[in-house]
Amino acid sequence: MTSDKFMKVYINGEIREIVGEVNLIELLKNFSLPHERVAVELNKEVVRKKDWENILVKDADKIEIVHFVGGG
Amino acid sequence: MTDLFKLADVTFNSRLIIGTGKYRSHQEMQAAHTASGAEMVTVAVNRVPLDRATESFLDYLNPQMRILPNTAGCFDAEHAIRTARLAREALETDWIKLEVIGDKITLLPDNEQTLEAARVLVKEGFIVLPYFSDDLIMAKKLLDIGCPAVMPLAAPIGSGLGIQNPANLKIMREQLPDAVIIVDAGVGVPSDAAIAMELGADAILMNTAIAESKDSAQMAKAMNYAVQAGRLAYLSGRMSKRLYASASSPIEGAIK
Repeated sequence: MTSDKFMKVYINGEIREIVGEVNLIELLKNFSLPHERVAVELNKEVVRKKDWENILVKDADKIEIVHFVGGG
Repeated sequence: MTDLFKLADVTFNSRLIIGTGKYRSHQEMQAAHTASGAEMVTVAVNRVPLDRATESFLDYLNPQMRILPNTAGCFDAEHAIRTARLAREALETDWIKLEVIGDKITLLPDNEQTLEAARVLVKEGFIVLPYFSDDLIMAKKLLDIGCPAVMPLAAPIGSGLGIQNPANLKIMREQLPDAVIIVDAGVGVPSDAAIAMELGADAILMNTAIAESKDSAQMAKAMNYAVQAGRLAYLSGRMSKRLYASASSPIEGAIK
């Protein structure tokens, strides 16, 4: 069954395994990542928040999830 | 006297912009922010740590303050552009402090990459506020492509060395009388801030000078005063320097 397949993705430079079909909202949830005032980039392209639920993660995707920290 | 600071389409009362990095605690940062009178603070864009709970740093900022995200930590145009796009998406702001660093030791800007990134970002509708070397020609290029202000350094980031090349700032002011010039980086003490403002800077952006002082709230207040004093002095026009004395009291008529 394709929905049970293992995939390896890169989240913030770290390899993570996911199982089955996962959209970006579920991905954030699965890894206990915040949803508010964060931005998500998929393979170097920003994904608008409204599109998170429509985009399924694929094997070898490179995902960057950023938030804000102190800086000058 | 009303002397407002206009930047892009926003008007500020304060000419001091401050950072949010290096504070010993969030509480200390908040106290310093309040004392500074600043109306805009910079924040950095960073990867969310995995496998542990995180709180939103933004919750510790005064909601009245405008947030200016930066592209710190980017070493080429491509990363800076991607970072700016992420910041825009997360914060719903078109404003970006563009910072493309050329080397890790000095943190001096890579002007070529900065210009390249600025060009792309301006076309995408960003309000690009670029950090760059204190160079008139570079400033002209950044303004020509549509940056609403330029942010020359006074000394390396976090060095606190003060205004290393006052002549460059003065030349920039004189040659670009209508440009918004924000001195970004290098200020160490209030007198540095005052000097930059006396030379004609429109505003100053600083972080370390406040955050690394022993009493950051008090230093923030001092910086606030210094920026105001320097601005008033610039508007007032300084006296001419002369080599010899010029008596303030009458010499003639003194008793003999």
